This record gives sequence, C-alpha cells and structure tokens, in this order.
Amino acid sequence: MAKITIEKDRCKACEFCIIYCKKGAIKLDKKLNKRGVHPAVFIDPDKCTGCVMCAIICPECCIEVFK
Amino acid sequence: MDKVFTRPNSLRDAETHYCAGCGHGIVHRLVAEVIDEMGLRERTIGIAPVGCAVLAYDYWNFDVTEAAHGRTPAVATGIKRVLPDRLVFTYQGDGDLAAIGTAETVHAANRGEDISIIFVNNGVYGMTGGQMAPTTLLEQKTATTPTGRDLKRDGAPLKISEMLAVLDGAVYIERTSVHSPAGVNKTKKAIERSFQTQMDKKGFSMVEIISPCPTYWGLTPRESLKWIEERIFKTYPLGVIKGK
Repeated sequence: MAKITIEKDRCKACEFCIIYCKKGAIKLDKKLNKRGVHPAVFIDPDKCTGCVMCAIICPECCIEVFK
Repeated sequence: MDKVFTRPNSLRDAETHYCAGCGHGIVHRLVAEVIDEMGLRERTIGIAPVGCAVLAYDYWNFDVTEAAHGRTPAVATGIKRVLPDRLVFTYQGDGDLAAIGTAETVHAANRGEDISIIFVNNGVYGMTGGQMAPTTLLEQKTATTPTGRDLKRDGAPLKISEMLAVLDGAVYIERTSVHSPAGVNKTKKAIERSFQTQMDKKGFSMVEIISPCPTYWGLTPRESLKWIEERIFKTYPLGVIKGK
C-alpha cells in the first residue's frame, strides 16, 4: 500500500496526474483552492501502488509519494 | 512509510508563475534533480533566458544569472572560459534560442564551447502573447498567424537540433519530450548525459525538449498532450540526433 500527498493550493488543475494515474486514485476536488481552481485530490489509498507517475509529470512539483 | 518522491534540494520551495499544464515546471525540476544527483549544486551556474522562463532564478537553488534576449550562449561562453571547472548551462525557449538568439547558438555550437543548452520548444512565444515562433508548426494558429502558419509566407518550422548536428563542434544533441512520464524519464537521462558531456570536457551539447503550452495553443492541458503526440512529433521526431 502506498499514498500520495498533494499541496492543494499549489495545484493548477492541469489534470496531468489524473490522466497518468493508471489506478484512478486521483480526481478533481469539488471545493476550490485559493487559486480558484478545483485541485487534484487523492481519493483511494487502496488503489495506489506508489508508481510515482503522478509526481514525475506534475509541473508544480506539489505531489509527494510514500511507500 | 518511506518518502519515495519529493522536491529536489536544488529546486526552491516557491510557487511558479507558469500557466496550468506548462512544461517549464517539469523541466525545472529535472534540471534540479540531475544537479542534486551529480552533486554539482555548489559548482553550477545557470543562465536564464528572456521569455516565460525569465524568472527561473527565483525557482532554482543554485547560482543563476540572466542574459539579454537570446544571448545566453554568449554569456555562458564567457563564464565557462573564466571558470572552466563549473557546470555552465543555459535554459532557453524557442523564441529566445531559435529566433533572436540563433547567431549566438550556432556560433557557440560551432566553436564547440563546453556548455550545455536546455532548449524548451513549445512552438510559440509565450511571454509576449502567443505569437508565431520560428518553430511554430505549419498551419498552426497563433496570434500573428490567425489563419495558420503558411509555408510560402512564413517559411517552414526551424529544426534547430538537426541544424546544429551538422556542426563539428556539437558532440551531443537529443530531442525529448515531457508530455508523458516515460518522456520525462528520458528527458532526465538526456539532461544528465548533456551535463556529463560537459564535465568530461567533450564539447557542446544540447537537449531540445518538446513542452506543452496549452494557453497559447488554445487547448486544454489534456488536449495539448494529444497535440504533441499527433502533430508535433511529425515535424519534430524524438531521439538522439548527434552522439549516438
């Protein structure tokens, strides 16, 4: 089991992490962040394998991965 | 649980000014990661361009200077000749490198200067509002080509990497992309090889990185990844162009 943390106020909602998460463990939050966008949010620790694909494609470098 | 991915030390804990889905943030991080892994942070001097990445010195945690538009290879030449043991690299966009700075780029490569160029190619002028760049694709719509780039009127996209590859002074030139995790990994390896080429005093090297600019392509970040795969790779194929 693995998990990620996303700094929500840094996220610009480009969705690259969502596009490349093969397990569908990330989605856009319903709430807005301080930038006024719906940030990416980690939803499923059971699915996450810690593959780091989301983190290496994140242009804001706001994802940390734990395994 | 152990932390398996985090921000590299050479990247400051700063929020970037880049648009959503812009590739600059990824390339900044890759450069920082490679410098950390090579243990060169105290010996690195970067040169920021004019363009969207003009504020790169605010994001990197090593010495970075600034140059006049397109003149980064000339400034890098001076720094490297005075301080030959440093890692000296320029970070340039396609407006900076392929338009106003073409002369500096070509002659730095031809002289075989021991410098590395990180060339971020997104095919438009970002900072000034999405005008056509020399690297803009044919038929691509920009602020100055509202009906699309026309071959007869505007010329063909400038293939800088292929151009420089014919020069004797250039020893390693590769084109990569940051549109996918696999592309990001390849880009990191290319940056590493370029920096190693310089530290081994082998001569001039450049990594051209295809990078998304959703804002001025008029696409969503998701659509811009598709655009890179379907359109850009036809004009700019990936791979090692010199130094196989």
